[in-house]
Amino acid sequence: MMQITPKENQSQWVSSGIPIIAAVLALLLAAIPLAFAGAPILEAYGHMIKGVFGSLFNFTEMLTRATPLIFTGLAAAIAFRAKLWNIGGEGQFYLGAMAAVWVGTGMIDGPPALMIPLVLFVGAFAGGLGMLGPAILKTRFGADEVVTSLLLNFIILIFVQMMLEGPLKDPMGLGWPQSEPIVDNAVLPQLITRMRLHAGFVLAIGTAIIAYIILAMTVWGFKIRAVGENAAAAKHAGIGVNRTYLAVAMASGALAGMAGVSEVAGLKGYLTADLSAGFGYTGIVVAMLAGLSPLGVILASLYVASVFVGADSMSRAIGVSSFIADLIVSMSLICVLLGGFFARFNLTFAKKQVDTK
Amino acid sequence: MLSPSTTKVEKPLILSLRGMTKHFGPVIAADAIDLDLQRGEVLALLGENGAGKTTLMNMLFGQYTPDAGSVHVFNEDGQETVLPSGQPQAAIDARIGMVHQHFTLAENLSVLDNILLGTEALLSARRNRKSARQKLSKLMHDSGLTAPLDTRVRDLTVGERQRVEILKALYRDARILVLDEPTAVLTPQEADMMFASIRAMVDDGLSVIFISHKLHEVLAFSDRIAVLRHGCKTGEMNTKDADTSSIIRMMVGADHEAPTRVHGIPKQPILNLANVNTKPSKGGQGLQDVNLTVHAGEIVGVAGVSGNGQSAFAGLISGLVQPTTGHVSVNDQVIQKLTPKVMLNAGVGRIPEDRHHDGIVSNMSVAENLVIERLDKPDVQQNGFLRKASIADNARNLTQNYDVRGPGINARSALLSGGNIQKLILARVLETNPDLILANQPTRGLDFKAASDVSLRLFEARDRGAGVILISEDLDEVLSLADRILVMHDGQLTETDSRDRTVIGLAMAGGEQQ
Repeated sequence: MMQITPKENQSQWVSSGIPIIAAVLALLLAAIPLAFAGAPILEAYGHMIKGVFGSLFNFTEMLTRATPLIFTGLAAAIAFRAKLWNIGGEGQFYLGAMAAVWVGTGMIDGPPALMIPLVLFVGAFAGGLGMLGPAILKTRFGADEVVTSLLLNFIILIFVQMMLEGPLKDPMGLGWPQSEPIVDNAVLPQLITRMRLHAGFVLAIGTAIIAYIILAMTVWGFKIRAVGENAAAAKHAGIGVNRTYLAVAMASGALAGMAGVSEVAGLKGYLTADLSAGFGYTGIVVAMLAGLSPLGVILASLYVASVFVGADSMSRAIGVSSFIADLIVSMSLICVLLGGFFARFNLTFAKKQVDTK
Repeated sequence: MLSPSTTKVEKPLILSLRGMTKHFGPVIAADAIDLDLQRGEVLALLGENGAGKTTLMNMLFGQYTPDAGSVHVFNEDGQETVLPSGQPQAAIDARIGMVHQHFTLAENLSVLDNILLGTEALLSARRNRKSARQKLSKLMHDSGLTAPLDTRVRDLTVGERQRVEILKALYRDARILVLDEPTAVLTPQEADMMFASIRAMVDDGLSVIFISHKLHEVLAFSDRIAVLRHGCKTGEMNTKDADTSSIIRMMVGADHEAPTRVHGIPKQPILNLANVNTKPSKGGQGLQDVNLTVHAGEIVGVAGVSGNGQSAFAGLISGLVQPTTGHVSVNDQVIQKLTPKVMLNAGVGRIPEDRHHDGIVSNMSVAENLVIERLDKPDVQQNGFLRKASIADNARNLTQNYDVRGPGINARSALLSGGNIQKLILARVLETNPDLILANQPTRGLDFKAASDVSLRLFEARDRGAGVILISEDLDEVLSLADRILVMHDGQLTETDSRDRTVIGLAMAGGEQQ
């Protein structure tokens, strides 16, 4: 018979070491599908490493890939800390990108010092509104925000497609469903010449640090943690639980919206309906890998981005499918969840024996 | 082992626990406990919270695997069997029945279904209800414990549910019945009825282990008493040789005086409820036309069986429940919209009934939990940033002044024991010198020392000039603390002048006062 009992005292080292062990383990486990695909395993790993660390370009590509993940990871992390389940990061990403395109493609023009903060603010605000809706439905009617925020993703994506076929369509786009390009003054500057890495990365790191400070050091962060850990006690202690949910929803949506702005104004320059490679959803995985810690989100984003970029490079070099990246990321998440379970509980197997005197 | 000289007639042994030991991490919850149970006796198991009573019973019932020790059961012929450890089914097969403190009934099933649940094969084609009914009606007739078999459990009173729990165990042919605090939710009259029925069955050969905190019940109902302290058995005696002070000495290790009450001197009114009605709250009654004035310098005790409106009443004073009609005023100010924040700012301190669920955020630190009600105060925050140093100072002072013991002010408050969590909440409530204190079941589940600490703090607050509302299901507690006693029944509050257990018990059951 198997028994599961909680561990009395779990060490800090174990709980923070788990994600790292899980990440390494998942990479090692990737050898199994690689072997099934008939690929030379060591060579495949070599290509993956080279794909990330082989050149400055490769490395900056990885950082570029990590940028939106930091934002969407923070969006999920801060919401989950309050136990507000924002699964709508993907939709909020597009809302942010669409708002940035709306004001940033000639509607207003000005110096970069004005335009960049403006597109960021408008995009963040639009993303925030995207989560505010589900949060209002939750606090007013008790509607499950998992369902509402998730379904909203599809509505928003279809809305984006409609806008790209209509009012936002670039008349010079040769008929492609894409927006006009962002004006030069609203484009996030490149960090290194001839590399795609842009200021959005610095912004993402800064945002993660600010999120850490808010959660750990401010009254607002205190309220978010209290509501997330025990909403009943928080309410009893006079904390406005519903108000906290709404504020967290706004912040979480804004972070996902900033991911959209960063991609459209920093990397692509114009909006298409395939701007996001599932960044909203991957952000949830990043947040879980990070243990919902804002600084952990940075590391988790770098890891996930490395896996994706490395796997792309590997698949180009030896012809295995780049879906292997999705597999590794999924396995990492499973390893982290299992690892977290074993860190918190003891499994004991009792021997079945009957002795009669 | 019981020495033969202490009992006149040695009845045959039916159960023997030998050397039962259980560690939880570094804590020894049970340390080589020996316990014998004879056929046809009631053994009371007494001890403070955390003394090891429940751990011991969980090992007996196979829910915990002991680190050492064994459970021996004896059949009618005296033949001995050792139960395999960690297997509840083995305990059931050995005809040991357990009635938990918290009911384990399916509310939406009938009484009959609840009793049969788990006794029928999952895939049996036909349910043999007729013979089950026959067996049960015989059981009910013999035991005097009756319950309406076809009624759904959710429509039963608490007393009836308790009887269903016991019938459930008896239906499985229990020879040994373990009752874990069976009277916690019963009126004194219901408890007496239950004891009478069980006594009749014990005379027919049933053996009972009875866990309780209430000394007068133990003295009235048991044949023998075993006392546990810190996981060790510290004493065993026949009930007829026992008295309250000797038992308490064994339980706490020293003579113990319950705090004696000096009558408070009521001053100006603090809280006034005028014709207050509320909706039902948490499965309990709503308030119905409640009028109440609480003065500074008095403790008002609210007695009653839970579910009669206490949670609506407590919710109202805490700011969680709104009155549908009537109004609430604090210090002559009518409160328009009740929220926890408004009540806190009006000078109301609240000690919630469920301290784990409503009292603390267990994954946040002791220091953080001590300031959670005062986040907007200048010593806690400056421009929205937490003042960590000042919060830590506050925590060091309060944990020292209120003797909150634990791994430290930065440890998760989940690591504190129940008594220390309650002290944490008391510290948080009392340090602000509230004008009115709502203490909802403030000593439930606490051991003697912790409970009398809480009582002393409430007396202190009263003498400082606070009004105190004490809601308790424990009539002894109300009698020993309250200056005025009110009884809550069916959402109504009635003041009683009597301090007689029977009179108050009748009022709790809704009977007319004599």
